[in-house]
Amino acid sequence: MKHAIIGALLLFSSSLQAADKVVVGSKIFTESYILGEIAAQTLEGASPLKVERRLGMGATGILFASLQSGAIDVYPDYTGTVAEAILKNPKLKTESELQSALAPLGLTISAPLGFNNTYALAVTEAVAAKFDLHLISDLEKASSELKVAFTHEFMNRSDGYRGLVEKYDLKIPPFKITRMVQSLAYRAIEDGTVNLIDVYSTDAKIEKLKLRVLIDDRGYFPIYNAVWLARKAFVEKYPNLWNSLNALGGKIDAVRMRQLNAKVDLDKQSIETTAAEFRGAKGPDAQSLAAKLTVRTQEHLWLVGAALLFSLLVGIPLGLIAARYQVAGQTILLTSGLVQTVPSLALLCFLIPLFGVGNAPALVALCLYSLLPVVMNTYVGVRSVDPQHLENARAYGLTRKQILLRIVFPLASPTILAGVKTATIVSIGTATLAALVGAGGYGVSIVSGLSLNDTPTILQGAVPAAAMALAAYVAFDLFGRLVVPAGLRKRS
Amino acid sequence: MLKVENIFKSFDGKPVLNDVSFSVRQGATAALIGSSGSGKTTLLRVTLGLVPFDRGYVKIDDQALLSFDRVEWADRIGYVPQDGGLFPHLTGLQNVALVPKLRGWTKSRIRDRAEELRQLVELDAAVLNRYPQEMSGGQKQRVAIMRAAMMDPSVMLLDEPMAALDPIIRRSLQNELKSIFKNLGKTVVIVTHDLGEAVYLAEQVMLLQEGRIVQTGTYADLLLRPAESFVTEFINAHRTLPEAGELQ
Repeated sequence: MKHAIIGALLLFSSSLQAADKVVVGSKIFTESYILGEIAAQTLEGASPLKVERRLGMGATGILFASLQSGAIDVYPDYTGTVAEAILKNPKLKTESELQSALAPLGLTISAPLGFNNTYALAVTEAVAAKFDLHLISDLEKASSELKVAFTHEFMNRSDGYRGLVEKYDLKIPPFKITRMVQSLAYRAIEDGTVNLIDVYSTDAKIEKLKLRVLIDDRGYFPIYNAVWLARKAFVEKYPNLWNSLNALGGKIDAVRMRQLNAKVDLDKQSIETTAAEFRGAKGPDAQSLAAKLTVRTQEHLWLVGAALLFSLLVGIPLGLIAARYQVAGQTILLTSGLVQTVPSLALLCFLIPLFGVGNAPALVALCLYSLLPVVMNTYVGVRSVDPQHLENARAYGLTRKQILLRIVFPLASPTILAGVKTATIVSIGTATLAALVGAGGYGVSIVSGLSLNDTPTILQGAVPAAAMALAAYVAFDLFGRLVVPAGLRKRS
Repeated sequence: MLKVENIFKSFDGKPVLNDVSFSVRQGATAALIGSSGSGKTTLLRVTLGLVPFDRGYVKIDDQALLSFDRVEWADRIGYVPQDGGLFPHLTGLQNVALVPKLRGWTKSRIRDRAEELRQLVELDAAVLNRYPQEMSGGQKQRVAIMRAAMMDPSVMLLDEPMAALDPIIRRSLQNELKSIFKNLGKTVVIVTHDLGEAVYLAEQVMLLQEGRIVQTGTYADLLLRPAESFVTEFINAHRTLPEAGELQ
């Protein structure tokens, strides 16, 4: 039974992926959104094929699994990350080393896009001009006037501060370094409290604050060259599309990337427009809010509806079994209770190796989460039916089935319905996390709004999700009047 | 008529019913009386066919319980549970109609039979449209009797019909029950712990103690010709309140 359902879900989700289209993914920070959007628009420009965006997916592992399962075709990543997080071999450096390690996985990378997003040291323009600083090795000249703020992470990482002073023989004593979080460090350098900080080389604020990024002339920092990471199958099937992406190689240098990041992060320009400007093309007509909401609502309803159906078809019978058989009952309740204690993001991650990404893992997670309230309430509802009523029903010659349908279910219906209501409302909330594995829904707005620190976008997801939960609440109350026998309602 | 012959029943090796026999003739009203733990609830469940027994026979009109299937037996014994036992999610009429509906009776047949019984138990017609929680104790009891009588059983079995009622209602319902039983013309067995009630409603009293029938007979038999000292003891335990002259 369970296998059949999981199988059906998989079949369903794979049938969703089967259509002829290209799917672009991205990670969950501004730069990745922008690059993903650039890729999507480039592909749209190169072919009439439908391009689907699954931007803002949870983490490298999720994107990797998505590529492998074919849920997405291509997404932007960095060579250092590919080596460390995907290939688990940080020693792989050159493009050919990476290619040959990726080949057995059915993956490939493009030519580097032209920027290296790694740790870097940035100084104020004033200090840079005064001491003519261009390279990290130039820092020595300014050592007397340096006021330094480094992030905690940079101070602690082996490839951060400690290795740096060794490699460059720097004479910055640790007590002269203030440790602070990045956002504060930027503020400190802006108001002149410090003049040297660690940054990521494509941070938007570098541009805005006119900082000078010093060149890593001794090649100390690991290389995180931006590349397209793609499925081989996609590359082979659509070589011209792959060429159009490859043609972006070398086109985005660090300055350009910083400007793009700044447009989105600081000027609050839309990702679509920013990507289009970069391509020197008119962006895709910005989807109207209504159209966006319609699609998200459909996706969200679909997820919640499927989970609801599952919880009814599986949860109620399981609840009945639990109420009837001691051992099986405790096992069922304990198992569904345990599932509930797994944090939703963790559950989604567990499910990716089993179900890939997209709808399948999101659905499975939602189904599992909606199970407990329904199973538990069915169990409690059935168990709380006065045994005297059951005995009386037997005395009147009702069969087991008649007792179940005419006595037990009606008497337990208020409790069961309450469980289904809980499951639905919880599902509506949990389904917002489905966006992290590329299943769409209101979560898309919430996740991208969160990662772009853009409240209106967050609200575009959060408000409809809350409205849907409220509507579900009201709908269940109305529905309860239909299914719960009047004689039971008046009592409560 | 109802015949119980040499019933033995034990739970976990502990005898609960020990060679119980009695019979109630057609149309008579009998009371099965005993204190709690005497085995009367088990005997009730045995008679309803709800629990298997070790030995013996339960017969209705000389046909043994075991030769029936559950449904047939259920239709032969009309059961009125303690406090009426109406299903709370069904109206009075729905409670009454539940079993005949499952037996495939037509709506009009159900309606006619319910109306006939309603007049017989002298119940206000409006009450049948109420839910049990909206009925008085006496109304519930009448609806429950209607429900039990719908399939025209040979025997009616009532479990503590008065237990949940307050004393004044109890007294008035007792009178009415007596006439209802007469109108129904059925063999009636009342299970009760209350001797006064048993004597008032039934011609025949069966006194049960520790799983066996101590004595069967009229109240006069029990009072004047007790089979054992326990019978006298049991009767004395139900002494009436002291008279005014007895108070100091």
